[in-house]
Amino acid sequence: MLDKIGIAKRIAQELKDGFYVNLGIGIPTLVANYVPKGISIEFQSENGILGMGPFPFEGMEDPDLINAGKQTITALDGAVYFDSATSFAMIRGQHVQLTVLGAMEVSENGDIANWKIPGKMVKGMGGAMDLVASAENIIVAMMHTNKKGHSKLLKNCSLPLTGVACVKKIVTNLAVMEVIPDEGFKLIERAPGVTVQEIQAATEGCLLIDGEVPEMQFAPRV
Amino acid sequence: MIDKVVSSAHHALSGIKDGMTLMLGGFGICGIPENSIAELVKMKTNGLTCISNNAGVDDFGLGLLLKGKQIKKMISSYVGENEEFERQMLSGELEVDLIPQGSLAERCRAGGAGIPAFFTPAGFGTEVAEGKEARLFNGKPHILEHALHADFAIVKAWKGDAAGNLIYKATAKNFNPMMAMAGKITVAEVEELLPVGALDPNEIHTPGIFVQRIFQGEKYEKRIEQRTLRKT
Repeated sequence: MLDKIGIAKRIAQELKDGFYVNLGIGIPTLVANYVPKGISIEFQSENGILGMGPFPFEGMEDPDLINAGKQTITALDGAVYFDSATSFAMIRGQHVQLTVLGAMEVSENGDIANWKIPGKMVKGMGGAMDLVASAENIIVAMMHTNKKGHSKLLKNCSLPLTGVACVKKIVTNLAVMEVIPDEGFKLIERAPGVTVQEIQAATEGCLLIDGEVPEMQFAPRV
Repeated sequence: MIDKVVSSAHHALSGIKDGMTLMLGGFGICGIPENSIAELVKMKTNGLTCISNNAGVDDFGLGLLLKGKQIKKMISSYVGENEEFERQMLSGELEVDLIPQGSLAERCRAGGAGIPAFFTPAGFGTEVAEGKEARLFNGKPHILEHALHADFAIVKAWKGDAAGNLIYKATAKNFNPMMAMAGKITVAEVEELLPVGALDPNEIHTPGIFVQRIFQGEKYEKRIEQRTLRKT
């Protein structure tokens, strides 16, 4: 089974040279720490920066330089700042190649819910609805089950939706899955030490299993 | 040159009345017009509709206006960092229109650019789409979103000149440029107010035509919401 860092490391393997990438808050943010050697990636944060760098050293933090999670950050050489309309032109216009975000629920047709629990939690959607409606390639990073142990991979989402039929791939602590429209979650890889039966038991939606399912590989960092 | 300079927040905000609609720039508490917000608290204006991406935090930014019950309605995309906001919203004291961040930005831009409405894919199939016209373009569903306007748009810039030209710093730019375009009266508060000719015309972000009043803020606290640091 993977921890949050393991999920981030596995998603980092999906990054390709030359990608502009938007990372959501939580596990997705960690992906930036595991970019494979030898490829060039630029991170976009939708509040208005391309070329986002790591957190600043103490004393170097700038209140005018934050990411979409409101965290203090730095800007790499070649970075650029822009307004929110330009930022979402990059997103809506599909200039960003990959979006990684968290979710509370995903359904087997690729619907995602991550912004509201009626009567309990209302934080707002922020940029998530714009991102999921337009991104060509969306990976969801999340735990397979919620704190109560209930599956987050469902036939139908029970919470208010963020977007419909948009999620392409899901990486959880148990597995990597692809959403096959009108069919279900196709199991691609198992997390180390996790059996197909365990993944099946933790998945409420239709899990498609086709032959031997390989275990995830993590190349040693050089 | 048309001189837009006023001496203080007090003069800049004159004419704001109960029940008006305001746009306020900023993302979180980054790039917010903090001197103007402090003045609005003093003015005790209430029944306000505030268009702003966030609602500040409990004791800073728009959180101060919420605490004084000066806001009737918020139009925002994310309100997660403010407990008083969540309390007022869940209890029904505060009307809230939550809209996707990109749609919010574009609705402000459209308002300032004379575009009454536009189609966007964001929110299709969600509660955001309820009551809105949907249409297919290139086989993909979109919803109709209308432009936003405000009686006053209040923005914060890094540098400005007497003609109202503005330059923003880093990610404090965010919603400020679009909101500056969309106010019937746009007030800009700046950290540094310079005479005309001091700013390079190549580097100006907001042309002064969009700004009616400009002043240099008395002081800037510039709080940090999430101080995240690198260890080594």
